[in-house]
Amino acid sequence: MDEVGVLERVAALSTRSIKRESKRAALDLIVAMIDLTTLEGKDTAGKIAQMSAKAIRPDPLDSSVPSVAAVCIYPNMVKYAVQATEGTDVRVVSVATYFPSGLADIDLKVEEARRVVAEGADEVDMVIDRGAFLSGDYFKVFDEIRRVKEACGDVHLKVILETGELATLDDVRRASMLAMGAGADFIKTSTGKIQPAATLPVALVMLEAIRDFHDATGVMVGMKPAGGIRTSKDAIKYLVVLNETLGERWMTPDWFRFGASTLLNDVLMQIRWLETGRYASPDYFTQG
Amino acid sequence: MSRLDVRKTYKLYLGGKFLRSESGRTYPAVGADGNVLARVAKGSRKDLRDAVRIARGAVGGWASRTGYNRGQILYRIAETLEDRSATFVGQLEDIGLSNAEAIAEVGQSVDRMVWYAGWADKFVQIYGNLNPVAGPFFNISSPEPTGVVGVVVPEEPALLGLVSRLAPVLVPGNTAVVLASEASPMPAITFTEVLNSSDVPGGVVNVLTGSKEELIPFLADHMDVNAIDAGGATPEQAERIQQGAVHNVKRVVLPVGDGPTQSPYRIAAFTETKTVWHPKGL
Repeated sequence: MDEVGVLERVAALSTRSIKRESKRAALDLIVAMIDLTTLEGKDTAGKIAQMSAKAIRPDPLDSSVPSVAAVCIYPNMVKYAVQATEGTDVRVVSVATYFPSGLADIDLKVEEARRVVAEGADEVDMVIDRGAFLSGDYFKVFDEIRRVKEACGDVHLKVILETGELATLDDVRRASMLAMGAGADFIKTSTGKIQPAATLPVALVMLEAIRDFHDATGVMVGMKPAGGIRTSKDAIKYLVVLNETLGERWMTPDWFRFGASTLLNDVLMQIRWLETGRYASPDYFTQG
Repeated sequence: MSRLDVRKTYKLYLGGKFLRSESGRTYPAVGADGNVLARVAKGSRKDLRDAVRIARGAVGGWASRTGYNRGQILYRIAETLEDRSATFVGQLEDIGLSNAEAIAEVGQSVDRMVWYAGWADKFVQIYGNLNPVAGPFFNISSPEPTGVVGVVVPEEPALLGLVSRLAPVLVPGNTAVVLASEASPMPAITFTEVLNSSDVPGGVVNVLTGSKEELIPFLADHMDVNAIDAGGATPEQAERIQQGAVHNVKRVVLPVGDGPTQSPYRIAAFTETKTVWHPKGL
């Protein structure tokens, strides 16, 4: 990969300014693309219920704001999320395969994926074994993704590359190709537990890998940047890069997601500002 | 061969940093003789939005300091102000004050800052209270900072007006977004250099120069601003501030009939009263 070229392209695309009507449309699209996430050791059934309510109706005072795409949680929380989102379009995403390290026996990982699917998860976000990847054991990584995909069946599988732990952009592209070849429905940047998480240059490299994979095989693969995207401004930059790299077909929640926890409130505050002409305050939005 | 002057770039002061306006705009500050003194940054609504966000982030740290420590820092501002007095005198002369008037204004500004500094660990005793209640409880009221305060500085006196409006906001632990004197912004900008070298944490005071007419509506309407000192607003601007204030019930100190500028009531205007009930021994 040409790192300087990637940085230049990202910098150029980041200067785009999106105004008024387009901005409202972009903000609504961002909301609809969010996998509203809580992945903390202190998560409870109550937290999941509360977050799910927010996922379904992000702004209780404004019904024109769409629901988010999904809630993203730990395996043990799946049953609560399934219950809380029943009868709505909000999907339940569970991380799996011993998130966030992925350092467990493959049989255990497959078992965990199978369990969350049985409990009703609509999508599974797995992590790759970065240790194996970095030591060159690509076959192990490939095989694990393939086996987890088998366990998932028709359920969407997102493969987390944890790009913050991959040393170079070449590694990012290689891991992207590996994951797509092994059957990933989505490739995802990060767990959110490692810094740096999602960055624009990494996202561009992954989107270009998706484009090239599609050119070669005709298979569409989705993309999910996750971690560190906290403002509407940042999210809009991702949409610009997405549109310029993959085009309109990918500009839907079916093919692009944001993994985020705090982004949603910032987007809601931006929408409130566009609607009222008054800068908003976090005091007027629920947390989580 | 004579050397060229190295002229200062007059910038905004946000989060403890000297920044140009995101808009890239400037406007001329004109002296009493009609000559342009300098071109200063013309803050935009986005600069104002950033200033409020920064000020909000700084409330917790500033409010949680002891009153004693805030007093020390305000006193330090006074010390540094005194040290820079020659610069301020020169700037006030530039905008038309006589030498004696300028010296008097700078002296008063230093003294006023010292006066307010002294209140930082004392105002709670005056405004706090043990309230008698009909039950076996201690009922205790205590003034707490209200949060982010917008300060519209009077056009003149440019320095004394700024110090008199800003100090009582800072005393109880609020953070400030200041709209400087539009016609005479130089003292306010030099004052930010004083703040920057006086142990005032970044973000506690944020100073915007520019058009008040342009910025006041966005300040007045901002849902994350808790109070506004409208001291430097025209009657029309003050009305606009009151209209904006209704949306989140901001406290507004109006420019007319608002009493003396050196008064503990100024401090009380930017506090909220917290009351706790505590059971008495039975």
